[in-house]
Amino acid sequence: MSTEIITPPSQVAAPPEPRRMAHGTRHRAQSRVFRIGRWVVIIGFLIATLVPFYYMLLLSVKPIGSLLQDPASLWVSPSEFTLQTYVDVLSSPASGGQGFSRFLVNSAVVALASVALALLIGIPGAYAIARLPFIGRRYVSGVFLAAYLFPAILMAIPLFVGFTRLGLRGNLVGLIIVYTAQTVPVAIYMLRNYFETVPESIEEAGLVDGLSRIGVLRQISLKLALPSIMSTGLFVFMIAWNEFLFALLFLVDRRERWTVSLGLSQLSGSVEVPTTVLMAGSVVLTLPIIIIFFATERLLTGGLTAGAEKG
Amino acid sequence: MSTTVTQTKQPPTKTDTIKKRVTLTQRDARLGLWLMSPTLLVVLAIVIFPLLWSILLSFQRMRLIQIGRAEFFEPLTVANYERVLGSSTFWSSMLITFIYTFGSVVLVIFLGVLAAMAVRQPFRGRTFVRAAFLLPYVAPVVAVTFIWRTMLNPQFGIVNVIGQNVFGWDEPIPFLSQARGTWDVLGLEIPIPTALLTVIVFEGWRYFPFAFLFLMARLAAMSEEPEEAALVDGATPWQSFRFIVLPQLVPIISLLAVLRTIWTFNEFDDIFLLTGGAAGTNVASVQIYNYLTVQRNVGQAAAQSVIMALVLIAMLAVYLLILRRRGERV
Repeated sequence: MSTEIITPPSQVAAPPEPRRMAHGTRHRAQSRVFRIGRWVVIIGFLIATLVPFYYMLLLSVKPIGSLLQDPASLWVSPSEFTLQTYVDVLSSPASGGQGFSRFLVNSAVVALASVALALLIGIPGAYAIARLPFIGRRYVSGVFLAAYLFPAILMAIPLFVGFTRLGLRGNLVGLIIVYTAQTVPVAIYMLRNYFETVPESIEEAGLVDGLSRIGVLRQISLKLALPSIMSTGLFVFMIAWNEFLFALLFLVDRRERWTVSLGLSQLSGSVEVPTTVLMAGSVVLTLPIIIIFFATERLLTGGLTAGAEKG
Repeated sequence: MSTTVTQTKQPPTKTDTIKKRVTLTQRDARLGLWLMSPTLLVVLAIVIFPLLWSILLSFQRMRLIQIGRAEFFEPLTVANYERVLGSSTFWSSMLITFIYTFGSVVLVIFLGVLAAMAVRQPFRGRTFVRAAFLLPYVAPVVAVTFIWRTMLNPQFGIVNVIGQNVFGWDEPIPFLSQARGTWDVLGLEIPIPTALLTVIVFEGWRYFPFAFLFLMARLAAMSEEPEEAALVDGATPWQSFRFIVLPQLVPIISLLAVLRTIWTFNEFDDIFLLTGGAAGTNVASVQIYNYLTVQRNVGQAAAQSVIMALVLIAMLAVYLLILRRRGERV
C-alpha cells in the first residue's frame, strides 16, 4: 500500500506563499525556522541511522592492523582494502575460518521453514477470524495478546525442559517450532486485516457459483491477498532470521547448528577473533535482511500498519 | 474442492433460503473452528502451556539439574517468592527496569514524532529517507549491538576517537562499562549513570522507526483542511502542530506507548548483548536469565518472571484507567 498515492493533491502543491506574507514577522521567522529545522532533523536522523551501517561495512574491508593504527579514519585506502576478512569468517573452522557459511545455511533453513509453517497455519486461521463466525472468535486475539505480556524467558524455561525431554533441544526443528508459534499471531494479525478488506460480495458470488468455503479461500481470497501474504512471509522471515534468545538457549553447546545471530554473538565475546573479521560476519548477517527490506519496503510497511490509518 | 452443484436450479422459495442460510452459518462456524485449530494447537502447546507450567514452577523448589526427571506435582511452596522479594538485587533491578522502560518509551515516541513530522511533506528522495530511517529496526539485533559496542569501544571506537580529537575529551568514556560517571558543569559534579543512559539511547535509536512507521501512516490519512484553514487564520506552524496535528496523534501515541512499555519492560536481547547486565544495567529479564543459567535456580527464575508479569499488568491497568478517565477510546 503506497501512502504516496493516497496523498491528497493539496499536499503536493506549494504552500500558498502570498497569503503567508500577510502575517507578522514572528510568523515568517517561525516558518523559516521550521523549513530549515526540518532539513536539519532529516540530515541528523540520516546520519544516526546510516553511519553505523557504513562503519560496519568500512571495518569489514580493513585489516585489523590499520584499524588499530588509525581508528579515526572513516575511509579505506585502496592499498588497505581487503576481502580476506570475508574469507576468514565464511570458511569452515577446519580450514582456519569461523564457519559462518554453515551458520548461514542453518539460519536460512530455520527462517524459511518458519515462514512456510507460519503461513500454512496462519492463513486458514486469519481467514476464519476475518470471515467465519465460530465460537470464541472474539476472544482469540485477546488470548494472543495476553501471551505477549509475559517475558519470553518465562516461556523459555518450560520449553527448554520439554524440548530436552522430547530430544528436540539442540536441534533446528525445535527452533523452527518455537519461531512458528511466536510468529503465527503476528501473521494472523497482518493477514486478517487484509482478508477483511476483500469485499464479501465477491466471496458470496463464488459461493453462489457453487464453490465451497475452502474453494472460495483457495481460488478467490488467496489470490487477492497474495501481496499481503508475501509481506507477512517476509516479516516472519525477518523475525526468524534475527531471533537470538531461543537460539542461545537451545543451541549454544552445538556449534555446528548455530545460526548466524548466535554465531556472531558467541564469537564477539572472545578476544581471539579480530573485530574486522566479526564485522564481515555482521555484514553477512545483516545484508540479506537489508536487501529484502529495500526490495519490498512498500509492501512490508503497508501490511504492518494497515490498521493504523483508522487511528 | 466440491463440485457437486448438479442440483436442479429452481428459484428458491423464501423459507428455503432461510433454512439454507442457517445451515450455511453453522457449517461456516464448524469450518472456522477447523481452520483455527492448527493455530490454537501451536499457541496452546508452545505459548499457553509453558506459561502455566512456569507459574507452577514458581511455586516449586526446582534446580536446573533436577528438572529432567521432576514431576509436575512437586510440593508447593512460596519460598521462591520470599527469596526474590527479600533480596536487595531484586528491588534495585526493578528500579533500573522502570527507569530504563520509562526513558526508552519517552525517547522512542519523541524521536518518532520528530522524524514523522520532518518527512511529512513530499520531497525528492523521500522514499529512500523513509527506508533509511527504518534500518535500525529491521537490522538483526546481534549485528547492531555489535556495531554499537565497536563504535563505543574506549580503545579504538570511532565515538571516543572523535570525542578526544574533535571535542577535546580528556579521556575515553567507557560508555558500556561505567556505572557512574561525573559530568563537570561550572564546577558542579553531576553524577551520571553512563551505561544505563547509553542503553536507553540505544533503545531510542533502535525503536524510533517503529513509532515513526505508525505515525507516518496516521499522518498520511489525516485531512489537511483544518491546518490550511488555521494557516489562513494566521496560526504559526508551531500552533498548527500543537493544536491541530498533535491532538489527532494522541490515540496512536497512546497505543505506541502501551506496546513499547510492554516490550521494553520485557526486553532481554538488547541489554544482554550490549552490557551483559553489568554496570548498573541489570534489568529484570537479564537477572532472570542469570538465575536460570548461572545460579541454575529454575523456581526462583520463574517466580521473578511471574512478579514481573504482575507488575506489568498492574501498570497497564493504571494506564487504561487514566485513559478512560480522560474519555479516550483505547
